[in-house]
Amino acid sequence: MSALRNLILGDAQADRVVPPSGFTAQLTLFASGAMAFLCVFALALSLASGRVAHRWSEELARAATLRINAPPEQRAAQTEAALEILRQTPGVASARALTDEEQAALLAPWFGADVPLDALPVPQLIELTEADPGYDTTGLRLRLQAEVPGAVLDDHTRWRRPLVEAAIGLRRLGVVSIVLIGGAMAAMITLAANAALAANAQVIEVLRLVGAQDSYIAQAFVRRFTLRALSGAAVGVAFGMLGVWLMPEASEEGGFLTGLGFQSWRWLLPLLIPLLSALVAFVATTRAARKRLGDLA
Amino acid sequence: MIELEDVGYNYGGGELFSNLSVQLAPGSFHFLTGPSGAGKTTLLKLCYGALTPTSGRARAFNMDVKGLDRDQMAYLRRRVGVVHQDCRFLDHLPVVENIALPLTVSGRGLLEEQANLHELMTWVGLSDRKDALPPELSGGERQRAALARAVILSPDVIIADEPTGNVDWEMSQRLLRLLVELNHMGKTILVATHDMALIRAAKNQVQARVLRISNRQLQLAGADL
Repeated sequence: MSALRNLILGDAQADRVVPPSGFTAQLTLFASGAMAFLCVFALALSLASGRVAHRWSEELARAATLRINAPPEQRAAQTEAALEILRQTPGVASARALTDEEQAALLAPWFGADVPLDALPVPQLIELTEADPGYDTTGLRLRLQAEVPGAVLDDHTRWRRPLVEAAIGLRRLGVVSIVLIGGAMAAMITLAANAALAANAQVIEVLRLVGAQDSYIAQAFVRRFTLRALSGAAVGVAFGMLGVWLMPEASEEGGFLTGLGFQSWRWLLPLLIPLLSALVAFVATTRAARKRLGDLA
Repeated sequence: MIELEDVGYNYGGGELFSNLSVQLAPGSFHFLTGPSGAGKTTLLKLCYGALTPTSGRARAFNMDVKGLDRDQMAYLRRRVGVVHQDCRFLDHLPVVENIALPLTVSGRGLLEEQANLHELMTWVGLSDRKDALPPELSGGERQRAALARAVILSPDVIIADEPTGNVDWEMSQRLLRLLVELNHMGKTILVATHDMALIRAAKNQVQARVLRISNRQLQLAGADL
């Protein structure tokens, strides 16, 4: 606790005993800033992937489509027969045939707004939602096969599962990236701290000669590296958040790629990155200093 | 105060000396002399805990130096002021901050000690050089600054390793007078030197014992000067 208090409050005189090291200071600032910048994007990607995985699995899990591929003269009858079967099927919450306007809207991205549905061999689509517990997919397929030969049941499993798995995988990658960035930062700061300690071996010798305790010597280095990591990461996070903020907002047209920003209170999450960076720097420098001072004893 | 009992020290397998015994009583003044490479600096380091003996026992302030942890060693260093021949300063800090370094590392505020610091700088004749950086100092100024740094915490023992090695005769006399003054204040002084003229010059100023380290043995070099 006193170490933390000393770290925060500092001691102007104690801070001066270690000579300033311009190049390593700038390097530490830049590296922690760059790491924090990347960390913001990894966090944004991870959160967005998690959101998408959740939405897709929630929205699509309860929905299915029945496609009626029948000659025009039989389409209405088969559609009505299929709807009747669906009404009778336990586990089906609702079922309705899409109107011509809705079907035209689905085709609009490819054929334009004025799609002549009559001139195209477009199947009739029936949208159904599943109740809880759901229906028996195999049983429904067999019954439809027997009674509505032109009906094809698509419960979205075939394409939903890989999409959800991809989104979950992307989220995992984001988390792993954050961990790796933290590890890389710890390694970088350990190397920089070791270099600083080695370069200041004579300073350490003088400080010991005049009665400095190892904790005092270590603190001079730890405080310096912790503050550098904190300030570098703060700048990196600021730029990272600006970058995320400038990304297009989520829209239907843009799909997944436009939903990468933070939402609501999650905008506060990146603010933890400088604190975590400072913590990583504190632990890494403390360990490096203890080891180095132990070796010099 | 400081006691070496049958101590020996080996450097890389070779024996530098063995079975040396010496006691530094409170308020005593000792010169340690001997040829180069005889082990004067090593013996001094054994006294202030920079080295631990490979045999025998070194005690400081009734504590076995070998058993001290690093924090205890830091406290020991605050009770023993050391002046090295090469002085060893932090070159990026002005002289006044180098002299005040023992105060800084022991957590004593410089503001409260300003008067003492000024008095000390005047005593060693460096009051007009307080803002100079160590590389800008002459050999004599460096030695006086090192002495001021060694005594700022008012330690019980002051150990000086060849303090007059790099200065002219006049400056070595000035340093000697400062050490004698400290001894008159009750401080225990141990000075390693091969400068016999300095030892002779001390004759009229202080009662000192001269220890000579030679052929791995420590001898009393003569009666009190």
